[in-house]
Amino acid sequence: MSDTNSPGMPGAGDSGEPSWPEYLTTGEAHGTTPADPEPEGRRAPHRVIGTPPPAQARTLLAEDAGERRPAPRELPAEPDDPDRAKRMEKVVAACFIIAALAGLAFLVFYGTIGVGSITGALHSNLALGTSLALVFLLLGIGATLWVRHLMPTVELSEQRHPMASTAQEREAFKETFEEGADASQFVKRPIIRRSLIAATVPLAVAPIFLLRDLGPLPGTSLDYTVWRKGLRLMVYGSGRPITSAEFNSPGGIISVGPEGFLDDDDAMAKAAVTLIKFRPGELVFGPNARPGGATVPNTVVPNWTVDNIVGYSKICTHLGCPAALYDQTSHHILCPCHQSTFDATQGARVIFGPATRPLPQLPIGVDAQGYLIALGDFNQPVGPSYWERS
Amino acid sequence: MVAFVLVLIGVGYAVVTSGNASASSPAAANAAQIAEGRNLFLSNCATCHGDFAEGQPNIAPSLIGVGAAAVDFQVSTGRMPAAESSAENDRKPPHIKNPAQIRALAAYIQSLGGGPPIPSAAQVSSAGANLGLGQQLFVANCAACHNFVGAGGALTNGKFGPSLVPSTPTQIYEAMLTGPEAMPVFNDLTVTPQEKRDIIAYVTQVRAQPNPGGFSLGRVGPVTEGLVAFLGLLLFMVLAALWITAKHRKTHE
Repeated sequence: MSDTNSPGMPGAGDSGEPSWPEYLTTGEAHGTTPADPEPEGRRAPHRVIGTPPPAQARTLLAEDAGERRPAPRELPAEPDDPDRAKRMEKVVAACFIIAALAGLAFLVFYGTIGVGSITGALHSNLALGTSLALVFLLLGIGATLWVRHLMPTVELSEQRHPMASTAQEREAFKETFEEGADASQFVKRPIIRRSLIAATVPLAVAPIFLLRDLGPLPGTSLDYTVWRKGLRLMVYGSGRPITSAEFNSPGGIISVGPEGFLDDDDAMAKAAVTLIKFRPGELVFGPNARPGGATVPNTVVPNWTVDNIVGYSKICTHLGCPAALYDQTSHHILCPCHQSTFDATQGARVIFGPATRPLPQLPIGVDAQGYLIALGDFNQPVGPSYWERS
Repeated sequence: MVAFVLVLIGVGYAVVTSGNASASSPAAANAAQIAEGRNLFLSNCATCHGDFAEGQPNIAPSLIGVGAAAVDFQVSTGRMPAAESSAENDRKPPHIKNPAQIRALAAYIQSLGGGPPIPSAAQVSSAGANLGLGQQLFVANCAACHNFVGAGGALTNGKFGPSLVPSTPTQIYEAMLTGPEAMPVFNDLTVTPQEKRDIIAYVTQVRAQPNPGGFSLGRVGPVTEGLVAFLGLLLFMVLAALWITAKHRKTHE
């Protein structure tokens, strides 16, 4: 038993009441011996690497000062079906061997498959992921088969000590604590106490100051886009301005952005516009309005269009995805993220989905050269709702 | 002998050039081609579109003015003749398989009221195209429905953006030009022929991307992959947990 954990036990010897968990103590410490003590000649048994000390050394069972001792455990020595166990042993071993090979393959793949190119990275991902997955999968399968088919399946109940420390230990702890407190003279020397508290207060307040880095506050920047009177509508991608004569096929759409801002992602995130050409008579017109002025819901503002060309904000009013799926037969604009659907003929009225506001209409006109231009900014903030939105 | 060879060369040249002419400008139709197209129209299309392609209310639209490009797209992708009246006609093996016959049909429709012609091979060639610009234009205008790599996606009311994987360059060009079904029109003035070539080059090039492991899942990225992994692995882990914790019956118990 000399090879087992046998830590010192304060007070245990005096009271006769075990104050240290039983499983850390040996039977000899209490003067009792396990049911089957080791012969003297085998004091230093042959230990297999990675295995715990002999089972007799540790008992998981409670032992109330020798009063009550459960019957010694009986684990079946041999499995029911030795042939089957033999087979299972091979299966488990095969799992572990393949896992080992897969682990080696992982190392080989790591070394051999370069990740210098996108193609290489794709192949590397596949090879490393597959081999590593095999390792863990086969380890798990092997371990499960081992437990289920080779280890004995008997139900064991294990008794446990009360969790609380003994009254004696708690008393001892209290004494130690008070002794330490007295020795530190924390109460007796107020200047040290107060200066220590003062030293910690700024540290406690510091996290609140870090909140400052969440800013600066957006102010009114969410209310406006970079669109202003006279900015040409430029085709996104090619960066060309566009005339109404060019954009003349009914059922056509094109993504446009403000002149000079096509490469400004921050600006385009709010200013992207979908331009749609309608056939005469398809649009539901309301009254005219000045740029930035109030509009009538569910209608298109006539003087903000050119030859049945309407520009709507491409930013969905639900969560800001690009709402750009346009069905030219039903005139529905669909947002791919959450299926908000807008009727483009009726001022992008919401007809389905979680969005609650129509897509804002951009006031557009033509300049002297015939190119489509903005007549001003949207008359309302684009995109999703936000806290300060009026 | 020399004269004979010259005659042979001359005849051969005439044959070759006439073949080139009909291939490179299919819209340049002659009367015989239009007549063949008229016959094909009467036997395949007239039931719905009317004897003179004038269309029938609530059944089929007029084809006057849709142009040869629309006919070539619809017939060569198998969408027309339509199998049934549905939300959207899906691609299927073409009913009229002979390209010459499709060109004849297209020539007939073209003769009725003009419209965009079938693009030539040079117009849809990817040679020297600007892939980067093609991707930008595709992402801005096409990807919403057709997915970033042309894998297709769902729309409303049973409609969908079809996959572009089986589309030929000519069909992609024609679709942009004519706006079949729910698809918007991208005419040559809005998206220039050169930009259309760039888009076609991007769509056809992106198909060639390697795909180790097999399933690209439309290359939508973490969302689809995560969903598949979540659902697939969840099921797998539930089954594994069932297996691990299943009661192992002993014969002697």
